Amino acid sequence: MFSYVFRRLLIALPSLLGISLILFTVLALAPGDPFEELAQNPNVPAEVRLALRAQFGLDDPIWQRYFHWFANMVRGDWGFSFVSRINVDTLIWQRLPVTIAVIGLSQVLALLVALPVGVLAAVRPYSWFDRIASSVAFVGFSLPTFFTGVLFILFFSIYLGWLPFVYRADLSETGWAWWVAQFKQSIMPIAVLGLFQAASWMRYVRSSVLDVIRLDYVTTARSKGLAERVVVTKHVVRNALIPVVTLVALQMPAVFGGAIVTEQIFRIPGIGSLLIDAILRNDTPVIMAVTFVFASLVILFNLIADILYGWLDPRISYR
Amino acid sequence: MAGSTPASPTANSTVDGGGGLSKAQASVSPWAEAWRRFKRHRLAYWSLWLLGAVVLAVLIGPLFYKVGINDIDFKSRLSGPSWTHPLGTDDLGRDLLARVLYGGRISLAVGFAAMLMAVTVGVFIGAVAGISRGWVDTALMWVTDLFLSLPQLPLLLLLIFLFRDPLKNLFGLELGIFILIVVVIGGFRWMPVARLVRAQFFSLREKEFVEAARALGASTTRQVVRHILPNSLGPVIVAASIDVAAAILAESTLSFLGLGFPPDIPTWGRILYDGRDYMDVAVHWALFPGIAIFIAVLTINFIGDGLRDALDPRRVL
Repeated sequence: MFSYVFRRLLIALPSLLGISLILFTVLALAPGDPFEELAQNPNVPAEVRLALRAQFGLDDPIWQRYFHWFANMVRGDWGFSFVSRINVDTLIWQRLPVTIAVIGLSQVLALLVALPVGVLAAVRPYSWFDRIASSVAFVGFSLPTFFTGVLFILFFSIYLGWLPFVYRADLSETGWAWWVAQFKQSIMPIAVLGLFQAASWMRYVRSSVLDVIRLDYVTTARSKGLAERVVVTKHVVRNALIPVVTLVALQMPAVFGGAIVTEQIFRIPGIGSLLIDAILRNDTPVIMAVTFVFASLVILFNLIADILYGWLDPRISYR
Repeated sequence: MAGSTPASPTANSTVDGGGGLSKAQASVSPWAEAWRRFKRHRLAYWSLWLLGAVVLAVLIGPLFYKVGINDIDFKSRLSGPSWTHPLGTDDLGRDLLARVLYGGRISLAVGFAAMLMAVTVGVFIGAVAGISRGWVDTALMWVTDLFLSLPQLPLLLLLIFLFRDPLKNLFGLELGIFILIVVVIGGFRWMPVARLVRAQFFSLREKEFVEAARALGASTTRQVVRHILPNSLGPVIVAASIDVAAAILAESTLSFLGLGFPPDIPTWGRILYDGRDYMDVAVHWALFPGIAIFIAVLTINFIGDGLRDALDPRRVL
């Protein structure tokens, strides 16, 4: 198991390198200059601009600039935000916990919905429960997150007035009231993201359980006289989850995309809304760093999925 | 599961049911057979009609509904649906039906164009990897896996941010952004198609009919173009239909984040984005474009589901 994890880590590193290379190429190919605004500012003398260019190595050959940039990225020196005038890593560390919390909780919610519903639907295929669940799932993943977000705000915030539609990082309440307020303002973003994920996961779980439930070993388990509940939870679900884990890992980039949208709708101060702000304000160092953080997160989650995969299916880790 | 349903309409007339399609005496062409199976998927069948109606409305609707997308009518600002404005108006009194119809052209055009781009790239890369194997295959699959693990939306935003202005200068405002969005969305959707095609190639290139073609001296190009590729298209068509929906979603997401088409070009996502701030006074503004996106995506997904049933040779329906 340990060597398996180690091997997976060795595979993850080149992809991180590849992503950084793509990111850097995009930026290098792009027309325009991060110092354009400085060049147009008459208060900045030409010498200062040239000194800055030399300091950031903008006139070096491109491969040198890449290594320079990558080394800085790895060392945690992510540059200086043009707009907020603080270090990019401070900015990101401020914003990251909210994003991770929202994404993490929404994935938990998705799992809590998708797993039981998918299994129940597959245990009795083409029953009324299966039909309703499948139809709802189909509608669910055809509804874009930005539209469900808008609908949720319309219904729960404007029509019913139950939940706040702007997420606030600086809640004035303390103690229990803080937790209640935090809970109330987090429900909608987490539900929007989680239910969208749940809809597509439910389909994966259902088809995967359907594949497994007809296999001989399940019949054997039944003929041993095991209770149906035990057969399903212990014998079917664990094996059915193996392909699901892969599909879930493949969906991770989409999850982060959904997180950006949700953060934008509910004005959550996470790294997604940081990215949008930075793009709208031409804040290149922040854009680069946030995209890199997103890429690293995707690879990290893929790694976790791989390890989970090895734990669910021991055959894989021995290969 | 099949019950008493025959494997195919020709199953009873031939000795073996499974391979009935390749028989010379089969009176039903593979496409008619697929269409028959597609029609069995009720939701997919009706979705096809609904989507056809939407496409038709978007294409010829503006010819009959002659209200300009930028006609400002201050007397009826933010008014709800009425006879003069069937879908209501926005904050400048512009007619929403006209804007939704016009926006539909762009949204659907982006969807189909990005799908074509993704499928072309995917089929090409998958075919090259599948036929050459060896290090070419390894390298191409590494690139594919790399693209699969890229954070797509941040990169989309980054690319659009960086390349918007030069393309605008090169091709003009509307066309420039259109090309950029199509290329960028298509450029991030080809990976599943490439994997599918590669897998199909791996199994098909060892089949007897390809071997026969090889024995007759067919060149590699001919084997691929005439024999392997046409037989691997089933899953590709299914993936392509899903890609249209995904591309429409991606475009509206970009517009919704304020980074798609410029504000004066209404796309569904853009109208929804503009209407979002007026939800307490003018629900219809955000609702109708949202419903349009939802209908388009839902029907395309259903059609994809139906196509999967129709084109999957393992299915017996």
